[in-house]
Amino acid sequence: MTTDRIKMILAGLPTHIVLIGLCLIWLIPTIGLFVTSLRPFQDINQSGWWTALAPRKAVGQDVYEKYLAPYYGLDGKAVEGVDLFDPELIGQFRRSIELTVFLREQMEEGKVQLEEMPDPQEMSDLLTYLRQLSGAENAASRLRFTLNNYIDAVMGYRGRANYTTACAEGEQALDLNCNISDLMNPRGMGRAFINSLLVAIPCTILPILFAAFAGYAFSWLHFPGRMGLFALLVGLQIVPLQMTLIPISRAYAQLGLNGTFLGIWLFHTGFGLPYAIYLMRNFIGSLPREIFESAYLDGMSHWTVFYKLALPLSVPALASLAIFQFLWIWNDLLVALVFLGGQRPVLTYQIGNMVSSLGAGWHLLTAAAFVSMALPMIVFFSLQRFFVRGMLAGAVKG
Amino acid sequence: MASVKYEHVTKRWGSVVGVNDLSIDIADKEFIVYVGPSGCGKSTALRLLAGLESITEGKIYIDDRVVNDVKPKDRDIAMVFQSYALYPHMSVYENMAFGLRQRKTSKSEIDRRVREAANILGIEQLLDRKPGQLSGGQRQRVAIGRAIVREPNVFLMDEPLSNLDAKLRVQARAEISKLHQRLETTFIYVTHDQVEAMTMGTRIMVIKNGIRQQIDTPQNLYEYPVNLFVAGFIGSPAMNFMDAKLVERGDKVAVDCRDFILDVPEGKAAVYRRHLGEDVILGIRPEDTHDAEYCPAGINKSLVEVRVDVTELLGREVVVHLTSENIEFQGIFDPRTKARVGNTMAVAFNMDSTHIFDKQTELAIR
Repeated sequence: MTTDRIKMILAGLPTHIVLIGLCLIWLIPTIGLFVTSLRPFQDINQSGWWTALAPRKAVGQDVYEKYLAPYYGLDGKAVEGVDLFDPELIGQFRRSIELTVFLREQMEEGKVQLEEMPDPQEMSDLLTYLRQLSGAENAASRLRFTLNNYIDAVMGYRGRANYTTACAEGEQALDLNCNISDLMNPRGMGRAFINSLLVAIPCTILPILFAAFAGYAFSWLHFPGRMGLFALLVGLQIVPLQMTLIPISRAYAQLGLNGTFLGIWLFHTGFGLPYAIYLMRNFIGSLPREIFESAYLDGMSHWTVFYKLALPLSVPALASLAIFQFLWIWNDLLVALVFLGGQRPVLTYQIGNMVSSLGAGWHLLTAAAFVSMALPMIVFFSLQRFFVRGMLAGAVKG
Repeated sequence: MASVKYEHVTKRWGSVVGVNDLSIDIADKEFIVYVGPSGCGKSTALRLLAGLESITEGKIYIDDRVVNDVKPKDRDIAMVFQSYALYPHMSVYENMAFGLRQRKTSKSEIDRRVREAANILGIEQLLDRKPGQLSGGQRQRVAIGRAIVREPNVFLMDEPLSNLDAKLRVQARAEISKLHQRLETTFIYVTHDQVEAMTMGTRIMVIKNGIRQQIDTPQNLYEYPVNLFVAGFIGSPAMNFMDAKLVERGDKVAVDCRDFILDVPEGKAAVYRRHLGEDVILGIRPEDTHDAEYCPAGINKSLVEVRVDVTELLGREVVVHLTSENIEFQGIFDPRTKARVGNTMAVAFNMDSTHIFDKQTELAIR
């Protein structure tokens, strides 16, 4: 390699390092989230995602040997009447605090004398160890990666274990049927996915439809007050969404639109229109006017010109508008919360409900995040060539 | 096949005047060219006829019918735009057929007309392509084809050749002329290029600042320009202009250009005698400015000593930039000329072909 090449590489090095650094900052947490979503929740609670491929360490063995082995022996049966490795006994302890209570009882009964109790983390590790050795939970046979989180999230399982194990043992919640109909469980993501689609698709199509008509009208139809009306419409973009929630909610209450899909369609369409009209009008206005003049000379009515000329030539702008609008509505929580509520939950709402107020069950969030991300990613990647072209809309003659 | 008439047509946008009191009479089957510098109003005049702009004052007639309030599509005209204005998402066939489909012409009729037009223009093999797959010349022909299939009364063309390269332009000029003879329809053609105007038009209208300067056959415009602007616009290289004064020298009339005095031949002397003592502008075309050695015989000439500044060899002729003390002008010399930069030489003016313009009004004195 010549010195010139080395110099070139070194000159570009700072930029590359910064770029790679930025990419890593974005990618690593996402990868971490993805790996976490594929791990069983017991593993998630014990170790970080970066250890997912490392061999599982024996948790709690040292704690047991430190605190309990002197009394219960290495096989757990040294004390009369207590078999620490009995799965029925250990299975009763759902949380490590219950083990603490059990040990205190044992101390009162005089069976053990512990100078000091293990601290909470050690207690948790101890319980894990006991569970593993008792066979109540077989960690060794537990797969490193599992789809259980996804299944739990989609089916709306809210219990302590998994949907699959709960169904296998017949201990599922009352709202679960352990068959395919659980996909539509109101607390699951299947129903919420459909609701999100029911909100997003009309709210994408309607504003674009109206905006295309309006864009053509503002560009090519001459009527009095055209400019003033356009300025007013574009100026409406200033209005903050949050300010209108209460007045519109009250109006909807009177009209009976609260909690209906029609209400949210109207709301999203109304808020999407100013920007959409602005974009479409600029794009259609940038099309070469001779094409339209030639069409008028040929005797075409405005409707034909719009349908056969303006629309096909506006596809880049329409596609980029569609992507923007769809992504925005798909990810929206506030409007759905206010106007649809829990009766017709959308994905964002359902994800919020997945964790209890104390944050338990957050492993479901990791899976839910990716489930809700899937569709927008597909939409974006399949339409992205339109998106790029749409950004240059107007720069190149049609 | 229709006659067109503009009657005192004015177009105003607020305080800006596009076309000012324009009156033109165009006969059926004429090929008339509107020519003028950029922004002079020629395209506006065309668009007023097409109906793409509204008329502020005056009337426009197509075939004795007032069309001021008639919609463009009902005026039975077809227009070819400067940028062709082809529909980019349709094939060539569709582009040409589109207008006819809107008028509910029968499918067989559409097919016949499109194929005939494609035949005339030599684009039959391009019928399935999209405009994006065509070259500039091909697109221009599709644009013309789209106008032909309409079978209109008047063809309007707005600088259709300005986007073509020089060689293609020469070719296309001939093709359009042939087209005009073949279709026998009125053609109205707008251009800023006086070469196009001179070669294609049966009559030319020179327009400046929205005002018609002169409307006449190419030859008459060349030989008898009515004012300074027309004289300087028609002909390339442009006519030489010199400030001068009409004086008497002996019993003859002469033109005193300060650096030299030129005798006026008898034929014109009578007219100029009436304007003795006036400040005028003398106009002599470069093609009437000869190398004294290679001057054509039998003309009334005046000889002047000048210095050569620049020579441009064109093979067929040499364009020479000359100066006397205060005046710069150009001549077109025989290629055998011995003019070299820096030399002084004798130049002969053909005094039969000079023009005199009044300095104030800029009108020709005849």
